[in-house]
Amino acid sequence: MAGGAVALGAGALALVLLPLGAVAFHAGGLSLSGPDLAALRFTLTQAALSALISVTLAVPVARALARRRFPGRGLLITLMGAPFLLPVIVAVLALVTVFGRAGWLNSLGAAVGLPPVPVYGLHGVLLAHVFLNLPLAVRMILQGWLAVPSERFRLAESLGFCPADIFRHIERPMLREVLPGALATVFAICLTSFAVALTLGGGPAATTLELAIYQAVRFEFDLSHAAGLALIQTGLGAAAALAAWHLTRESGFGAGMDRPLATRAPGGWRRAGDVLVLVLAGGFLLLPLAALVTRGLPGLADLPWSVAEAALRSITVALLSALIAVSAGLSLALAVARGGPRWLELAAVLPLAASGLVLGTGLFLLIQPVLPPPRLALPVTLLVNTLMTLPFVFRLLLPEARALEAGYGRLAASLGLRGFARLRLLVLPRLARPLGFCAGLAAALSMGDLGVIALFATGREVTLPLLVQQLMGSYRTGAAAGAALVLVSLSFALFWIFDAGGRRASPR
Amino acid sequence: MLRLDELLLTQGDFRLAADWQVPPGARIALIGPSGAGKSSLLAAIAGFYAPASGRVLWDGRDLTPLTPGERPLSILFQDQNLFPHLTLAENLGLGLRPALRLTPGERARVTEALDRVGLTGMGARRPAQLSGGQVSRAALARVLLRARPLLLLDEPFAALGPALKQEMLALVAEVAGDTGATVLMVTHDPRDALEFAALTVIVAGGLAAAPQPTAALFADPPAVLRDYLGHRQ
Repeated sequence: MAGGAVALGAGALALVLLPLGAVAFHAGGLSLSGPDLAALRFTLTQAALSALISVTLAVPVARALARRRFPGRGLLITLMGAPFLLPVIVAVLALVTVFGRAGWLNSLGAAVGLPPVPVYGLHGVLLAHVFLNLPLAVRMILQGWLAVPSERFRLAESLGFCPADIFRHIERPMLREVLPGALATVFAICLTSFAVALTLGGGPAATTLELAIYQAVRFEFDLSHAAGLALIQTGLGAAAALAAWHLTRESGFGAGMDRPLATRAPGGWRRAGDVLVLVLAGGFLLLPLAALVTRGLPGLADLPWSVAEAALRSITVALLSALIAVSAGLSLALAVARGGPRWLELAAVLPLAASGLVLGTGLFLLIQPVLPPPRLALPVTLLVNTLMTLPFVFRLLLPEARALEAGYGRLAASLGLRGFARLRLLVLPRLARPLGFCAGLAAALSMGDLGVIALFATGREVTLPLLVQQLMGSYRTGAAAGAALVLVSLSFALFWIFDAGGRRASPR
Repeated sequence: MLRLDELLLTQGDFRLAADWQVPPGARIALIGPSGAGKSSLLAAIAGFYAPASGRVLWDGRDLTPLTPGERPLSILFQDQNLFPHLTLAENLGLGLRPALRLTPGERARVTEALDRVGLTGMGARRPAQLSGGQVSRAALARVLLRARPLLLLDEPFAALGPALKQEMLALVAEVAGDTGATVLMVTHDPRDALEFAALTVIVAGGLAAAPQPTAALFADPPAVLRDYLGHRQ
């Protein structure tokens, strides 16, 4: 067991370090001037603004959810977890349906004589990033609120605190602890978000580093330029990931979002304010999805046959990548929990420091002298998706593996339970629930990913997210919405099947 | 026969030395202040904890290279002695075969062991459906099935009431008598030692002293034991 985990860890390290090495080796042709500098500046600006806006808006939403109880609250919180699984390309398409040139909002504006507001460029990128990350920020901050011991709220009440006092003595110190982590997390995510920049960015004013890498590989055929950009992107990404890792304690998608109300919620205008905040946030998150469904349902009729092929390809990649990521994550988590070497932990989380597109660029550089890279489009996508989900899976499984080891490690050892019997009789049944959750998460993330595949695929070997993007790019919006609907249904179905399977198999 | 050969355990500031042997089939109580290292000594004998120096020997054979499961012993912990997701029959079956692929004959032995400890017909239940006393009985039934010559008890009955604890100690005596096992038992309670163990090891001040007859020891306690017992006794 331990030897296997060491080999796995070494393999994971190599699969991240080799492409990064290739990137570093080929990085030349870098002119930190003109377009490159603009890309760097735009990348940082959009990530900083996205983080700031998402987290600022998340605070009142989290507070309203923390201090109010109403029917549908649990559902709303669950829904806040959904954008993490929502394929980015689907979110983009949904936003375009509402906010795009021919979208609902501009049609409404045109009816009263307002000029159209474009959805492309910086504000489009910000809109998509806030849409995707506001829910994550809400969940992280809500956890901070719920982690305050209820005694502290009761003490405040017994001392006659007014809401402003509560904010000053309880909520502000809590926020000071939680907000840096939330900001850093959203910043890190937006720094490497490729699909949003691909679809809503572009042009000299709105090109991110990742988009510039993609363009250098696909259109300029300038690999050393791409490698140079990838090197900068890696430095930024690693620094941001490291900061986020250090500043956060909770992952944002745990359970435990419910407990009896700790304090009497203030009434009056504060109550009305909370209602307004929740309605606005709910509308902002749900309206685009509703628009996508109304737009996509008729589009289902004229879907090209290629959608079925692409879906099959995507499902295969998702299932394989989930299987590998969960097996590797479990094996590494068990080894670390049993006191294995410390570097295994690093091996499991290192992919966080690199972005999928950077790893893809490195692999492109490694493969290109040997084979035409498009031939390996799907295997590379599988590999990169697996690596990118490994840190999440590992981080979710490690505490479970530690608890298992602390609770039953000695008993299992004293009975001579080990190897395959230990896995079958102890690990799989005890960890069925988190394993199912992780497999669902990994499958859905892999299913919806649009990154490396855009770098590698030419023509036929497309996955479903790439097909949606291509349909969208060729202005077949109806078909794109239909295909997006198929994609999001498949992603959620995969997640649900694994998660429910894990729950059912769980003994508790 | 168990022999501790110049055994030395260390961990940070903690130190414990032991150098003695135990006659076969003896029942021995380990008593002493908390933190003195009673549990650590059991853990070292069981193989969970490598000694800084010295050896643990069984019938002259060095146990050091053996994993806990390979050592000629069974151990019962304070809690978590059964897997909660497995039935009683499966938990007992693990004592016969860790891979749990039992022959019909072995299944019959599991049933027999359940009968023996008074859990007739409860093989299909899970630990959560049992009382504390029944869980202890099931764990002892597994000890019976494993039939190892040494039994280590790390206060498995501490959470039970006095009457139930006595009942369990009587059952331990029976099980150990059946298999001829040597028993080492950690306890906080002098009465347990007096009733159950002919010999007692005092663990205090970095030393696990050689076993001495329990009755004589408590009739005229040495200073470390007097400190532990308090002055009322």
